[in-house]
Amino acid sequence: MSAQQIEYNIGYLDEQTKRMIRRTLLKAVAIPGFQVPFASREVPLPRGWGTGGVQLTAAIIGSDDVLKVIDQGADDTTNAVSIRAFFNLVAGVPTTTRTEDATIIQTRHRIPETPLGEGQIMVYQVPIPEPLRFLEPRETETRRMHALNEYGLMYVKLYEDIAKYGHIAKTYDYPVLVNDRYLMAPSPTPSFDNPKLHQSQALHIFGAGCEKRIYAIPPHTDVESLGFEDYPFEPQNFDQPCAICGSTGVYLDQIITDNAGGAMYACSDSDHCERTAARADNEEAAT
Amino acid sequence: MYVAVKGGEKAIANAHALLAKEGRGDPGIPAIGRDAVAGQLPVLVSRVMTEGSLYDPKLAARAVLRCQGDVLEAITLVRSYRTTLPRFGYSEPIDTAGLAPQRRVSATFKDIPGGQQLGATFDYTHRLFADPTSDGPVDTGADAVPMPRVSDLLGSDALLEPDRAADRTDPEPADLTREPTVFPMTRAERLQGLARGDEGFLLALGYSTQRGYGSTHPFAGEIRVGEVEVEFDAPELGFPVPLGRIEVTECQMINQFTGNSDTPAQFTRGYGLVFGRGERKAMSMSLVDRALRADEFQERIVAPAQDEEFVLSHADNVQAAGFVEHLKLPHYVDFQAELHLIRRLRRDFHDNAGSKQETNA
Repeated sequence: MSAQQIEYNIGYLDEQTKRMIRRTLLKAVAIPGFQVPFASREVPLPRGWGTGGVQLTAAIIGSDDVLKVIDQGADDTTNAVSIRAFFNLVAGVPTTTRTEDATIIQTRHRIPETPLGEGQIMVYQVPIPEPLRFLEPRETETRRMHALNEYGLMYVKLYEDIAKYGHIAKTYDYPVLVNDRYLMAPSPTPSFDNPKLHQSQALHIFGAGCEKRIYAIPPHTDVESLGFEDYPFEPQNFDQPCAICGSTGVYLDQIITDNAGGAMYACSDSDHCERTAARADNEEAAT
Repeated sequence: MYVAVKGGEKAIANAHALLAKEGRGDPGIPAIGRDAVAGQLPVLVSRVMTEGSLYDPKLAARAVLRCQGDVLEAITLVRSYRTTLPRFGYSEPIDTAGLAPQRRVSATFKDIPGGQQLGATFDYTHRLFADPTSDGPVDTGADAVPMPRVSDLLGSDALLEPDRAADRTDPEPADLTREPTVFPMTRAERLQGLARGDEGFLLALGYSTQRGYGSTHPFAGEIRVGEVEVEFDAPELGFPVPLGRIEVTECQMINQFTGNSDTPAQFTRGYGLVFGRGERKAMSMSLVDRALRADEFQERIVAPAQDEEFVLSHADNVQAAGFVEHLKLPHYVDFQAELHLIRRLRRDFHDNAGSKQETNA
């Protein structure tokens, strides 16, 4: 007896589910920064490994799309390779590593260094969508706080950081206020990337599979990282240039090179790094 | 005609025969052998060994078969057997830095000395019903590249709290299975309890700490799976002799830092170690270990996972299963007593109600 052949729908999810997610997305876009509940489905990777992002991508991807997937900024990390292979298999769409060639960029933790353009969609994999979660674990409470625009607790946390450490001790998932109304977690992107969300030309959509929430920042929307007049928001920055391509003003990864604590710093955005290095090589060859 | 239920010898014998029949399945299909279970269900066998606190893959496989795949029954069986064994002493601490990893990943650095090694893992297998591709080149990559612990790399910069404070001695750890436990426990005892604890329970607790109930906010510093040598120091010999090799999974979690104006900021750690391949358990264990160290770092205890007594009193699945399942035992006598009381209370209630009505009238 041979095993029954199982065939999957294009894009993996069934059509009703895709429609449900698109409807949720419309609401999310209409109310920037507001977390819209959705009936998250099981997808063939563990919850918390980007199932929200995978569902969003599956719901919006079409045959005209070109998909880029990054994890920690890089196209070549195992999770990124794995998700790209998945959509190549179940959606049959072309994939790319070049930021400007992509129509959809699914990401975990980074916004590409190359500026995003009109028509591009950033899909974020979000583990904890609730910016107030670590201050108040109960969803019933945090929803009330959002409804009442009551964000004092977050300001108190930032104030306590300043009192204790001398500055705000939030390095990633730095809270932002979207369109002057909703407090939003930009997923675990480093605070370095927060300014890229403000008045972006691209659409940013966030999917939290475990937590069953979708939210969005439409293009040309104000996104303000929280701070105080005397202690304004300061994104992280790096003093040294990338050891491979020489870029400055980019986010760097620490790479440990020996057992004695030696390390080098290189771009976390592998696409940006490769192209900057190649351009430098070309220029050198031309002269 | 009503027949009172009597637990006769015959009833028990018949129940056992029926159980054996159910477990055998279709007699036209060959029975699964112990070696097949040990070789083909290694993850299940690992769990039974870990929570059964006995490293013996063949025996664990036998327990799984005997219990028709009921993990908790298999663990009970292994543990019950274990208590019958004489104890000669305790092995030397195993050296996990020296193990040749079959798998080693770190989520904290993109590259580390010795490299990352994916090894045998379900990670990145798309959970699709498709024919597995098992014929690819298998490079176990067990080269003799030294792989220092990631926690030691961070520790050399003092970014991570040391294994133990410099002024702290390392007393012989108590043996949870031989000595009565009294709260509060030492960390060593707690780790023993967690290692024996139920994977599902620890998973849920670990998950709760990640979601904000006693926030521990970790990074997986390192997860490694491989074989280590176990050595035993027999006093009459005066030097440790190797007993053999066991497979273990170790997890070091790096957690949010502590520090204030007096002490510089440092990451803290949580630790997990289990027999065989059991990453989920080792990770859960290290999350809960860190949560339970709340006292050490003067953290407020606000969540279940931070409550030592709560966690360790309920983590043991053999205990929990036994106590929950004891409800199946006859309770005729105590129930009769309760029935008697409730009838009396109801009678009193009605009598009172009756007399109230009379007064109102």
